[in-house]
Amino acid sequence: MWMRNSSKQIAKDRLRNVLVHDRADTSPDFMSNLRDDLMRVVSEYMEVGQSGADFQLQSVDDHVALIANIPVKQVRRGRRPGNN
Amino acid sequence: MGEVIVVTSGKGGVGKTTTTANLGTALAQSGARVCLVDADIGLRNLDVVLGLENRIVYDLVDVVEGFCRLRQALIRDKRLEGLHLLPAAQTKDKTSVTPEQMRELTQELRQEFEFVLIDSPAGIEQGFKNAIAGVDRALIVATPEVASVRDADRIIGLLEAAEIPPAKLIVNRLRPQMVRRGDMMSVEDIIDILAIDLIGVVPEDEQIVVTTNRGEPAALIQGSRAGEAYRNIARRIAGEEVPFMDLDANSGFLDRLRRMFGQA
Repeated sequence: MWMRNSSKQIAKDRLRNVLVHDRADTSPDFMSNLRDDLMRVVSEYMEVGQSGADFQLQSVDDHVALIANIPVKQVRRGRRPGNN
Repeated sequence: MGEVIVVTSGKGGVGKTTTTANLGTALAQSGARVCLVDADIGLRNLDVVLGLENRIVYDLVDVVEGFCRLRQALIRDKRLEGLHLLPAAQTKDKTSVTPEQMRELTQELRQEFEFVLIDSPAGIEQGFKNAIAGVDRALIVATPEVASVRDADRIIGLLEAAEIPPAKLIVNRLRPQMVRRGDMMSVEDIIDILAIDLIGVVPEDEQIVVTTNRGEPAALIQGSRAGEAYRNIARRIAGEEVPFMDLDANSGFLDRLRRMFGQA
């Protein structure tokens, strides 16, 4: 529809993306809390290298992506969440 | 005990001072005792918007430094009985006042007035911190532009961090015809992004330029769309339920016809 490419829609999309970064950057614990929580969940499935992990919000084309780079040492066999 | 309300925005030039002047005028018109405080030290402007620039003797910094008593620095409006202004200093800068001093000042003002409106400077530094010290609630002014809404979002975060109750939003300078064309964000778009409550929408209005030239707030003028919007917001601040204005009401006949047939 015509609304798709309207300048209002472009403004909204740009604003949403910029606020993803702003809100994450200005809240001091946001990225470290996210990192801790994600690492805890991933660790249930695989043995990961805690020190080499890297989490970033990156703008890709017209959206923001959460890019996680987590070194995997070993996958736990038959692991299901919650059945420790 | 009166209420202390800050008018803030982050971004400059979105209409904080005009909003403060008009809301104060509208509140005073309904009989309330109101004090407007210009917290933009070094860039005094609220006095000229109100047309009171020739009557300043003492200012906010004089009061805070104990150079005069609060009562001596307050300027009475020439039109409205209950309206008062505490002007900013023009020759000092933001660091001449501390948040603690602002807290004491607003504490003293709330003994005397039902509404104390603080006109905050743009930015998020010392001047903003002074302006929000000791307030009970906040009004955020934003125009339907990316930069303004972005800065409003930042301000909302800072107000939350300062444990001030959730701010209310005033969307300023809305142009309904551009919204209909898809060339301006709508009020709904902005609320959706900022996730705060709306307290009013002020349409773009040439009357604002004229009334500001004259030093007479638009809220005094019957027939000004912006003035009417400000009067409605003032009533909502005072706790009244007021329906939102139909901003399409004064659009062209053809526009209305097109909308009727779902083409705009």
